[in-house]
Amino acid sequence: MLMDTTKVGIVGFGVYIPRFRIKVEEIARIWGQPGEAVRKGLGVEEKSIPDMDEDTITISVEAARNAVKMAGILPEDIEAVYVGSESHPYAVKPSATIVSEAVGAAPITTAADLEFACKAGTAGVQMCLGLVKSGIINIGLAIGADCSQGRPGDALEYTASAGACALLIGMDNILVNIEHTESFTTDTPDFWRREGATYPSHGGRFTGEPAYFRHITNAAENIMQNTNTTPDDYDYVVFHEPNSKFPLATAKKLGFPKEKIVPSLAVRYIGNTYSASSMIGLAAVLDIAKPGDRILMVSYGSGSGSDAFIMNVEKGIVESRKGIPKVQEYINNKVYLDYSMYTKHRGKIKMN
Amino acid sequence: MEEVAIVGVGNTKVGEWYDNSLRGLTDEAIAKTLQSANISPKEIDATFIGPMSSGLFNQQEHISALIGPHSGIFAPALRVESACASGSSALRVAMMSIEAGYYNTALVIGVEKMTDLIDIGEVTTALGTASDGEWELGVGATFPALFALVMRAHMHKYGSTLEEFASVAVKNHKNGSLNPDAQFQKLVSMETVMNSRIIAEPIRLFDCSPVSDGAAALIVTKKDLAKKYTDDPVYVKGTGSGIDHIALHNRKDITTLESTKRATKEAFKRAKIKVKDIDFIEVHDCFTIAEVLALEDIGFCEKGKGGKFSLEGETALNSTISVNPSGGLKAKGHPVGATGIYQVIEVFKQLRNEAGKRQVTKNDIGVTHNIGGSGATSVVNVFSRGD
Amino acid sequence: MSVPRFWRRIHSLYRLEGTKCSKCGRLYFPERNRCVDCNTYDKEKFIFSGNGKIITYSWVYTPPKGFKGGIPYCLAIVELEEGPRLTTQIVAVEKKKVKIGMPVEFSFRKISAEGEEGVITYGFKFRPKGYPTNK
Repeated sequence: MLMDTTKVGIVGFGVYIPRFRIKVEEIARIWGQPGEAVRKGLGVEEKSIPDMDEDTITISVEAARNAVKMAGILPEDIEAVYVGSESHPYAVKPSATIVSEAVGAAPITTAADLEFACKAGTAGVQMCLGLVKSGIINIGLAIGADCSQGRPGDALEYTASAGACALLIGMDNILVNIEHTESFTTDTPDFWRREGATYPSHGGRFTGEPAYFRHITNAAENIMQNTNTTPDDYDYVVFHEPNSKFPLATAKKLGFPKEKIVPSLAVRYIGNTYSASSMIGLAAVLDIAKPGDRILMVSYGSGSGSDAFIMNVEKGIVESRKGIPKVQEYINNKVYLDYSMYTKHRGKIKMN
Repeated sequence: MEEVAIVGVGNTKVGEWYDNSLRGLTDEAIAKTLQSANISPKEIDATFIGPMSSGLFNQQEHISALIGPHSGIFAPALRVESACASGSSALRVAMMSIEAGYYNTALVIGVEKMTDLIDIGEVTTALGTASDGEWELGVGATFPALFALVMRAHMHKYGSTLEEFASVAVKNHKNGSLNPDAQFQKLVSMETVMNSRIIAEPIRLFDCSPVSDGAAALIVTKKDLAKKYTDDPVYVKGTGSGIDHIALHNRKDITTLESTKRATKEAFKRAKIKVKDIDFIEVHDCFTIAEVLALEDIGFCEKGKGGKFSLEGETALNSTISVNPSGGLKAKGHPVGATGIYQVIEVFKQLRNEAGKRQVTKNDIGVTHNIGGSGATSVVNVFSRGD
Repeated sequence: MSVPRFWRRIHSLYRLEGTKCSKCGRLYFPERNRCVDCNTYDKEKFIFSGNGKIITYSWVYTPPKGFKGGIPYCLAIVELEEGPRLTTQIVAVEKKKVKIGMPVEFSFRKISAEGEEGVITYGFKFRPKGYPTNK
């Protein structure tokens, strides 16, 4: 529980979504599945695909550059860089050092890669909150980014996509005050990828009730109970969005009206960006939120855990977000690929 | 007038010689050269050899020692490298050593054995090391791509056309068809050139010189010793060399080869000639755009009009100026380090009326123009029949 | 690209860091130890804005080693708004849209990778200015 009076929060945020898309129905066509049914069932129209020279590191850098621009800080003032992802290009060798050099934070900074399926990014946010709040650093950079891979023909292939979100956490010129955070974590093996394996495996319907729903619901209920708040106290709610169906069902169950969650559902147009998923959902809300708006955000990472955050939008956001690329602008900038070009982009064609 | 003369030459046919080696090709060129000059190995005081990259193409460095002794020549040997201008640069160093009084007679060799690499990506990379390795090759530039950048800029700035560039290839193939040592002795049509496969847009396959194997050698000696070896020595009237930034992007004007202008100025001054005095020239047409630039920057036509000059037939054999009577790099082939020496050999034969069906009719003064990289190095040499 | 050859240029490749001559103000990309105009070694770090325009370009179909997966790619010479020029790839653009004079901006991309197991090199490429709205 983060509950003292020192204000810590987001001083800049940035996203990046690659411009290539494949329609869910195009993927369904390859595997002889009923495209329309799959699309409607998931609530996902299409998903983003990285360019051939993009990966988790490059999209992290792009998102971080947007965040730094918004914050108007000197990059060398960033004293911690955490990159959360399940698709770090190197198994050994940090993504965070590359991001840190590229944004200009290095060398007087700490940096590390995080992995916790789809919530590694929000784990980084919590680490930055701790460092800033304790006075160890002034500004930390927490990134959630993925160029996720779904096994061809698997259910995950319809949604596994690419995107990044970077949050700068600090104490000065706060755009979004982070009032509280707490987590709900258990050992629940619903989704995993073994060392050296190309594609992740998952537990099918086991990823639902005992995994996604249990963790998000508990985290959300706990944080509301501990802060004596109810859904009525929030203007927006953001849940991890592997598809549209899961977060919509969760919101309904917890008593949030649909209009409070729909603005966050970028998933419908870009798919599941894994570690970036709930963070891009948050950014989509922050792109349109008004000062004074209150937001509840709950991430989910398989394995499993949820990080819940209560945030308040501050006045500064209106000026600061001007000129910084918005989630909707990235969504609108798209080029469709067919399945064969998609396989080329995702390195599924064996070149050597 | 320089104080040296060329008294004998020898070369292999240019081609893809999978059954022959760097050492074997060079030995053949040396044997023919010794015979041509009627000279014994003992009379050779020094050897200068120019491969561009025996290290990358053949995993063989130290070829100064590899070559001479294998052919029975134990004179001191030195390798000279300036990418595709290595052969011409070796000749310059040989001439300097003779004029400085170190040696009387030198053997100059140009060689490249490129087909030991069979992966085109590896060949492209090896050649690419003649560009800026970190800032050009390192970001995905290749030689066709660099010349494509020049060609596009030239078309944009001067309105030159693809047809004009294609005319260079057509003309050089025509000349090459008359050269028994050429790699390609086949005529090509404008349509063939303009519809060939894209390599680096706007450059197509037939805008490019080929990957080739070949060795070429010559004997250079003091002017007053020349008649000892031949009745018809060819005299070096003047030599010039110029350089510019290795990376295209650092040059003042992408569409001008400053190095060629510098080399031309020096060579013409030393030879006391003007461009109109030249009867024929071998220019470095590694790509069709390169011949166009050479025509302009040496001064045969107005800047920007090189393509038009070519398309209008001014550069054909025995027209206004015979350009690349050998077939040029395009048709005769481009064993990179050897190219400069092949050019001199063509001039040698033309000046001595030994060029057979491609013999130029006006042949008092012949010139070679050899560049390294995307034109960061240029060597221009002026030759004449009379002393 | 060997690791040291790439590593020592990271500041230039990752964030367009060059130098400015302290005496005459001439800008260099990549950095130059000595100003060739005024022969001084006094210099300061200068980070280029990443805005520029295309001077010339080509679409490459026959790449060097390590670039095969990306063909065809657009190679270009870009002039930075501060003056220096560099050779780079143009990304995030349709083939028919690339033109001489087109305004472009910095984009962070993978440049090459040594096979499946070797080091990945990252650095600047350029894309049409105003990404993602291209306004």
